Amino acid sequence: MLVSQPFEALRSKKPMSDSVIQTHQNAGEVLALDGVSLTVNGKTLLHDISVHSEAQGTTLIMGANGAGKSLLMKCLHGLLTPTSGSIKLLNRPSHETRHQQAMVFQKPVLLRRTVMGNLTFAAPKTTPPEVLHEMLERVNLSGKDQQPARVLSGGEQQRLALARALLTRPKILFLDEPTASLDPASVLIIERLIQEATADGVKSIFISHDIGQAKRLADDVIFLHQGRVTEHTSAATFFTQPLTSQAQAYLAGDVVL
Amino acid sequence: MLFDAFSQAVALIVSGDPELFEILWLSIQVSTSALAISVILALPIGTVLAISEFPGKRLCVTVLNSLMGLPPVVVGLLVYLMLSRSGPLGVLGLLYTPTAMVIAQVVLITPIIAALAYQVMDDLHREYRELFQSLGIDSIRAIPTYLWDARYSLVTSILAGFGRAISEVGAVIIVGGNIDHLTRVMTTAIALETSKGELAIALALGIILLMLALLVNAGVTTVRSIALKKAYV
Repeated sequence: MLVSQPFEALRSKKPMSDSVIQTHQNAGEVLALDGVSLTVNGKTLLHDISVHSEAQGTTLIMGANGAGKSLLMKCLHGLLTPTSGSIKLLNRPSHETRHQQAMVFQKPVLLRRTVMGNLTFAAPKTTPPEVLHEMLERVNLSGKDQQPARVLSGGEQQRLALARALLTRPKILFLDEPTASLDPASVLIIERLIQEATADGVKSIFISHDIGQAKRLADDVIFLHQGRVTEHTSAATFFTQPLTSQAQAYLAGDVVL
Repeated sequence: MLFDAFSQAVALIVSGDPELFEILWLSIQVSTSALAISVILALPIGTVLAISEFPGKRLCVTVLNSLMGLPPVVVGLLVYLMLSRSGPLGVLGLLYTPTAMVIAQVVLITPIIAALAYQVMDDLHREYRELFQSLGIDSIRAIPTYLWDARYSLVTSILAGFGRAISEVGAVIIVGGNIDHLTRVMTTAIALETSKGELAIALALGIILLMLALLVNAGVTTVRSIALKKAYV
């Protein structure tokens, strides 16, 4: 059973060296943002964000509510167009890598059809049925393939959304708080799938407020405060020696203003 | 008197009165034809309006919503002017034919179905937009998905259009003329027979019309309950 795997198994990640995170442009960059700003209705919500990273694995975006995490993720994924600046993923302009990206939203968006119907909608046409069934098994939904997707529980819906995203075989996977308000079993399955995906070479960019989860999954952390990146370090450094007072307050559970 | 008329009306229905059923058959033919044409026109209008962005979109939506309340007699008058001998389409000789009645009903119910379809599609588009963007599905490819996923709500809209068409009297009496054995439908026949004092046949047609309305509403309720059960609305 997938759910029986202990959390300890998820904690075996090696801390990543700060040297992996680059602060200058590099030929092997997975993520390269230069001067990205987003202004909506005259209000600047993201300010001149520059982040360069060649780190594989999972990049966590953290910050208080309203810091601009989801907006930044939407800009990275191309759902929003920045007012200025440039975004490169896998060393190419973001829009050129669209077919190599997938996203799981905080609130799962499922089509009004069966579980299997949702998978076949997104999967490449040539995907054999056994691959679809295997994926359902991996997300603990086997036997539910003919159920209407929208009657599943919240955890099941999110697992289905992740399964659908993974079937597109992305090289970059965006996850916007995918485990918010889910039960521990669903959280465990989702974390396990993300770890399996990153082990297969998929770059995960993840938003979470769960510090325990962040410690389990993150290789590096981007910390946002009021639309600005105030910190981008390895996860080991971020959780032990946060540089800014906002990150310190956030990790301590204090109100970040 | 009312009781007599009612029992005669029931007798007419039960005995399968040929004149009664001729009127019923023509009513159904005219309204289903109008419905088929309206669906072909209205669903693309509602869908395209919902998923596309262009200057003046809000005005278009306002106009479409306003057209839902088109007065049938005005529609009848406009179609009459178009089809009358001196009108732009007079050469076709369609006035006082079932085709003219179909045209009038199409004009009347297309905005209703389109406006209801727009509401359904707009809600769906707000929900699916980012997912489709994420999956790299453009608007043209998205249209069949929207139509399929909104199927239950759209059927409800279509049934509402049929209900409006079959019960309409003002427009069809102007362009159809209520000619016996040619353009006499249920609603126009009820108006005529009532004015003549022939209450039995008017009541019989009224009962059938009510049953049809009941059937349409039962259809709407059934479709909606199926959709709710599957969380498809």
